[in-house]
Formats: sequence, structure tokens, C-alpha cells
Amino acid sequence: MASSVFSLASATPSASLSSHDIEKGKLNLRNTSLCFKKEKNNPFMKTKSFGRISMVVASNVSRFEGITMAPPDPILGVSEAFKADNHELKLNLGVGAYRTEELQPYVLDVVKKADKLLLEKGENREYLPIEGLAAFNKVTADLLFGADNPVIKQQRVATVQGLSGTGSLRLAAALIERYFPRGEVLISSPTWGNHKNIFNDAKVPWSEYRYYDPKTVGLDFEGMIADIKAAPEGSFILLHGCAHNPTGIDPTPEQWEIIADVIQEKNHIPFFDIAYQGFASGSLDADAASVRMFVARGMEVIAAQSYSKNLGLYAERIGAINVVCSSPDAAARVKSQLKRIARPMYSNPPVHGARIVANIVGDAALFKEWNAEMEMMAGRIKNVRHKLFDSLSSKDKSGKDWSFVLKQIGMFSFTGLNKAQCDNMTNKWHVYMTKDGRISLAGLSLAKCEYLAGAIIDSYHNVS
Amino acid sequence: MRPEFASPSSSSSSSADRRLNALVRHLATASMVSQTAVAFSPTSGFHGDSVFSHVVRAPEDPILGVTVAYNKDPSPVGAYRTEEGKPLVLNVVRKAEQMLLNDKSRVKEYLPIVGIAEFNKLSAKLIFGADSPAIRENRVTTVQYLSGTGSLRVGAEFLARHYHQKTIYIPQPTWGNHPKVFTLAGLSVKTYRYYDPTTRGMNFQGLLEDLGSAPSGSIVLLHACAHNPTGVDPTLQQWEQIRQLMRSKALLPFFDSAYQGFASGNLDEDAQSIRMFVADGGECFVAQSYAKNMGLYGECVGALSVVCRAADVASKVESQLKLVIRPMFSNPPIHGASIVVTILKDSNMFNEWTIELKAMADRIISMRKQLFDALRARGTPGDWSHIIKQIGMFTFTGLNSKQVEFMTREYHIYMTSDGRISMAGLSSKTVPHLADAIHDAVTRMS
Repeated sequence: MASSVFSLASATPSASLSSHDIEKGKLNLRNTSLCFKKEKNNPFMKTKSFGRISMVVASNVSRFEGITMAPPDPILGVSEAFKADNHELKLNLGVGAYRTEELQPYVLDVVKKADKLLLEKGENREYLPIEGLAAFNKVTADLLFGADNPVIKQQRVATVQGLSGTGSLRLAAALIERYFPRGEVLISSPTWGNHKNIFNDAKVPWSEYRYYDPKTVGLDFEGMIADIKAAPEGSFILLHGCAHNPTGIDPTPEQWEIIADVIQEKNHIPFFDIAYQGFASGSLDADAASVRMFVARGMEVIAAQSYSKNLGLYAERIGAINVVCSSPDAAARVKSQLKRIARPMYSNPPVHGARIVANIVGDAALFKEWNAEMEMMAGRIKNVRHKLFDSLSSKDKSGKDWSFVLKQIGMFSFTGLNKAQCDNMTNKWHVYMTKDGRISLAGLSLAKCEYLAGAIIDSYHNVS
Repeated sequence: MRPEFASPSSSSSSSADRRLNALVRHLATASMVSQTAVAFSPTSGFHGDSVFSHVVRAPEDPILGVTVAYNKDPSPVGAYRTEEGKPLVLNVVRKAEQMLLNDKSRVKEYLPIVGIAEFNKLSAKLIFGADSPAIRENRVTTVQYLSGTGSLRVGAEFLARHYHQKTIYIPQPTWGNHPKVFTLAGLSVKTYRYYDPTTRGMNFQGLLEDLGSAPSGSIVLLHACAHNPTGVDPTLQQWEQIRQLMRSKALLPFFDSAYQGFASGNLDEDAQSIRMFVADGGECFVAQSYAKNMGLYGECVGALSVVCRAADVASKVESQLKLVIRPMFSNPPIHGASIVVTILKDSNMFNEWTIELKAMADRIISMRKQLFDALRARGTPGDWSHIIKQIGMFTFTGLNSKQVEFMTREYHIYMTSDGRISMAGLSSKTVPHLADAIHDAVTRMS
């Protein structure tokens, strides 16, 4: 076969070589008459004549032929599979994006107002500074730590606008890789699926601390504490500020204190991922209690924020990375290094989402409206939890305790279903969820609770 | 007061004891001045030593740092200014935004990892031409990313993972941020000669020699048009020679296209270099940015296109690009890309855009002419014709760093120390002042 490709004197550029002919890009050119004499060892060359002009045409072999098809993202892939399903009862409980009772996406009224306001203001589109919009950075730190927090007054917080939660986490990971070369991150087992990818790509080693107890469908607190204690001193402990993803299981306030104790004892660095401030309980301050408690103890804290859920700004990619340092000088230096990481990654962050947040949080009336809408969203999810619990309890005669649905908080619930049971949920009941047993209650309506309860009970009892 | 610490084996102590100890530590810290107490390790997070105490302050960015130093007058950063010295939001962009706002069906749901599908299609058409065989044959994968930088970074990360040659050749000089983008992505960076300071034009011989001696398969960064910072572009004949040389050595082209339409005023003309390479059926990478040509700077809109030999390769490449994106920022921002779609898909708006784009390009060309004339009128020593020969937003004046310093000190003119000025920041009113400064600098300092 090797000679046949090059014997095609009028070979078109799109003629492709069979993979049999190609072995890691090496080609046998010995028998071809079109071999370009000067470059005997170059397999990527053949000449072609177009009238007067002799064009050097690139080879038919792709340099990327050997690349394999990557697997679809386990979380985002769920929505794609859902779209492809035509069943009328299908239910998408995959991605953590809020839906109304009518199961429609929701743009907050206050966001629509802000969008309109921005258009009327007609501000320019100049590049933001590398660290992002100053007005945004100010309000985001105030929101998380409280505007009166001493750490803010003392200028001990380095805040840099990031590309939502993911981008902010990535900046922090890169900072860790650069300045803490032996630093290791401990992540909960389980945790959001993308955490591992972020630390892997940033080349930061990670290990897990026990978190979820399948027996109780609750928190394995003793395991968590033991694993944090056992970690090498000065490790980074990744904590979900509220509404743990994917389990929905949060430590109690007393447990948070003990976690803080252990972290302090071992001189670990707490690294918070706060993607649901205000969205979990409905109160911005209540949901920030855990972070604020650590900060109040005088600890240095890293905290990544996202406005995807609480302001419904998913696609605007707006968040921030905050590093609370023990001195303003350290904060200034850390900020400069975060900028140095961002510049070769994307130069500067996008302006639109930052302006929306700054306008809403910076205006008393809009801020109040936001709080009301957030309470409404959190409230809808709490109602759905209650309805689901009621449906499960009334439908299931086995006596199984379904109360974990009520105890868990936030957008997600860990059902305790295993992979085979999850497959049953999808294949038999057309309920789309992630294979770890996580359902997004934000994608559930009161009207569908009965149906879902039936699916869960069937999967739990009849599939193993 | 020295704090009493619970020993590590105090797990048997009550939670009240632990709380008390924590409180004691907290209070103790407040009254302590950073001592290296036995119980505190250097990694302690208390008001003593910071765990970040070893983090040094990074220097200001050499380009953006200039803006920080100077916040009143036209910025030397590559951002277009009107004749009045103001940033410009294109009318067609405002129109597009109004249309988007009026569309009640619009939501803010997460975009797919690769961004808006329509944006990707339209961007590919814009750069490769609607009739490009590469597009017809589905051999192009185009993905939405964070403007030019983001597209370069993701493309480079992909190459570092999947391509057999990990070296990229960049022109000397090039945009200040290029080297770091590539090294942090995992590529090693080498340079090829590009600019000739004696002619203030191309060192074409040097370019051919350096690319000619690059190992087969190496990646080569090419500025599609309006080279930044020099403004010196190859002629079409020179592009053809570059293409032939690169294909004969299987060098992989990676185009940075930040000025399509903004350089000559014509979108197709400014894409010719890229289209020449695509026409020969070969593979290439193209990073596109809408920052300048649509004035969308801060909205961070761009795209990365990979032209492959075969459709199935293109889709495999796309799947791997997604793996790079997901842990970097998950999915791209919606606002800027939506504006681009609105403009590109509507023929009236597209036409309006080309008119506004040409106006911007023409204004810059006129500034070049005015500066050239002003220097000639002053009899400033030297050949200043490079100012009108160079193209795009920037001019490499040929001034050295001493002369630049002089101009900043005496005339409050801010520019990067390599002598690059942003023509986009000039106006008829400010040209005389700049000409005076250059004249003074050249005659008084060498």
C-alpha cells in the first residue's frame, strides 16, 4: 500500500493514507517516484505542479492522527445525553443550574435590570486590569467577609477577579504550585468532579479526606478529622463553604469549630470553595459563617467565589479568588503573583459579569431585590426537598430512612444510589443524573416529585 | 503570655478544651509580636509570619504597567482611540446589545465547553473565507476562548500534550506576553530573526535562515497581519516563500490574528496570509481576537481554530481541547461572543461593521501620514518612511530606550521602552507634540 498513495500523480490534498501505511508518521518512500530528492528523510513532503507555479503541498498525513477521542465530561455530558432523549417523562437532574417550577432557566429580575442599566450607561469596553474590575473586587470581598471585617479594613485580603469558580480555583492552584512546591491539597471524598482536573492540570498533588458516609448518607466526621490530622503539616485543605457539592451534607457549626481547631493545630491552610453563598440557606451572611469563623481566628485563608448560581450568571463567568494574609504587605505581594499567573493565561478577565455584580451589590435597592430573589430560589429548593421526602416516605413501605433528603442542603442531594442503580434511573425512568448518585434538586419541580420518588424507590430496592 | 498548646495526642480531650485552647492561642497571638515561639512553625497563619512571607512582589507587566504609571492621556496599550482621544464603542456593537436585550428568550445558562456553536462557525468563515475547502470538508475545529491570549494558551497547552515537537519559534521581537504564554503552557521557546533595526523593516534573509534551520516539525508563531510591535509585515511574495519553506520542513504554523480588518481596512486582505497556508491543504493553528476589530477588548472574545488534514482528526482534536478548557475555566463567557454572532450573521449589521472598521483603520493610516509629514517638516534627521510603510496599530519608531526615557521625562509621552508607539492613540491635535518630542529626542540624545 505504501507506494500507492504517492503513485497518484494527481493526488488531491484530501486523499488520505491508510493507517496501515503510517506508523508513527514514518513512511516508506523508497518506491515512490514523487519523492523530493533533497529531503529524503522527510515524510511530510510531496510536490505538485500547477502550471507555472510549483507548489509545495503538505503531506496527507495529519500530525494529529494519533490523537484519541477524549471521553465526554461526566457532568456536562449528562445534559447532552438528556437532550438526545425524546421520552416525554424525561427529567434532567444533571447539571447544577437553577430551574423554575416550570423547569425553565431563570434570569434574575435584578440581573435583567442591571443589564438594561449597563446598556443605558454605555460604558466603554476597555481591557480590565489583569486583576479585574476594582469595583467588583471591592464588593465581592465585602460580601464574603463582611464589609466591617478587620481583614478588609486592614487591607489584608488579596482579591483578584477570576473566571467564575473554576478560574478562581485554577489561579489559586497555580499559586500553590509555584510557591509551595511540596504543598499538597486535600479534597473531600467525594467532591466536585472538576476539582481533581484543576489540581492535576496545575500540577498540584492532591489526596482525599474521608467525607461521605454511605451507611448514614451523612458526614463521616471522625474520618474527616483523622485524615486532616494525618496530613503533612502545612497542607491545603479544600473545604466547601456551604452546600457541599455533590453530597449536600455540611458540617454543623460545632463541627466547623473542630475542623478549624485541627487545621490550626497542624498549621494547614484552609482553602474554601464558595459557590453557593446565599443560595444554600437563602441568607448571604449565614452561608458565609464558616469562612468568617476561620478568618476571625486569625488564620490565613484562601477562598474562591462564584456568582454562577446565586446571581444566575452562569455563562458570564464571574467569580473571584481571595487570599486573606496576615499582613497587608503579604496581601499585596500575593496579589501581584496572582496577576502574574493570570496574564499568560488570558490577559485580563471579561468585564460584563463583573459590572453586573458591582452594579447590583453596590446599589441598596438592587441589593435588597437580589436578597429577595435568592431567598425565593433557596426556598423553592427547600420546598422540593420536603415534597420529595414526603413522596418517598409515603411510597416506600420498607421503613428506609429518607430523612437525609431534608438534612442535606443546597442544590444537590446525594441519593446513595450506586452506579447500576443510577443507570436504571436513566435507562428505565429517563431520569438523568451523575453516576455518583447526585441529583440536582434545582432541576426538580414539585409536580415531578412523585415520579422521581417512584424511580428512586424502584432503583434502590430492585437493582443492585 | 505564652500559649498553652494542646498536644497532638489531645484528641481525647473534650471539645470544650479544644475550643479553649483555640481561644487561648487566638488571644495569645494578638498580644504577641512575631516571635519564633517553639509552638509556632514558620507556616503559622497567625499575625506573626505569613505562610506567604516567601512570596515576592512581581514586577508590573511591561505593557499594562505603563498604563498604571499613567492614567490621563491616551494609553500606549494597544487600544483604539478616536480623534478626540476617547475609547470607542462601535455603533454596531451597541445595536447588537440592544437586540440581545430585547430578545426575551435569552438566558444565561452555561455555554458548552467549546462555546457558542454559531460563533464558532461564523468565526471560522470570517478568517478562512466562506468558501474555504477546509470548512466545506469539516476539517476545521473552531472553539470560543478568552480573546487572543486565551486562544494562544489553550492551543499551546494542546500542542504541549499531543504534538511531538515541543518547541515554538517566535519572531524577534514579538508581543511581550507571547513567551510566557507558551512557556507556561509547556512549550520551549526559541526565536527567529524578524526585524531589521537598520532598515526598520524585515530581516527576511535572517527569517528564512532561522526557519530553515529549525528542526522538522517545529511550531512557528506567525503574526497574520499588522505585526506587533513592529508593524512590519511580509509582502505576499514573501509570505509565499515562507509558506513553501515551512511546508518543506513540515513546520507547523500557529497564526496569531489580532487585527483582521483593522490593518488594511479590509477583512479578506488581512486574512490572506492564513488563507494561503490553508489553500495548500496543510494543517495550522489560528488564534483570533475580536478585541480590536470589534472594539470588544474587555469582553474577551476570541477563537482558536485548528485546521486538520481530516474531519475525524478535527473532531478528536476538539475533544482534547475540551479537556484543557474544563480545568481552566470550564466554559467561555457569553456576552462578547453573542455580540459577535449578532453582527456577523446579519448582512446589514455586517456591512455596518465593515464600514466602522474601515474608518478606524483609515484613521490610523492617516495618523501615520501626519506623523511622517510632521517629522519631514521639522527636518528630523533620519529616514522616517517606515512610519508609513508599517501597518496596523503600532509603529516601531527605532527610538532607543534613552530617547524613550527622554520623551517621557521632558514631554510626558508614555510608550514602551522598545520604542513602540500606538498609532491608535494619536490624534491630529497630538501629532505635533509627538513630532516635537521625537525631533528633540533624536537631535539631543543618541
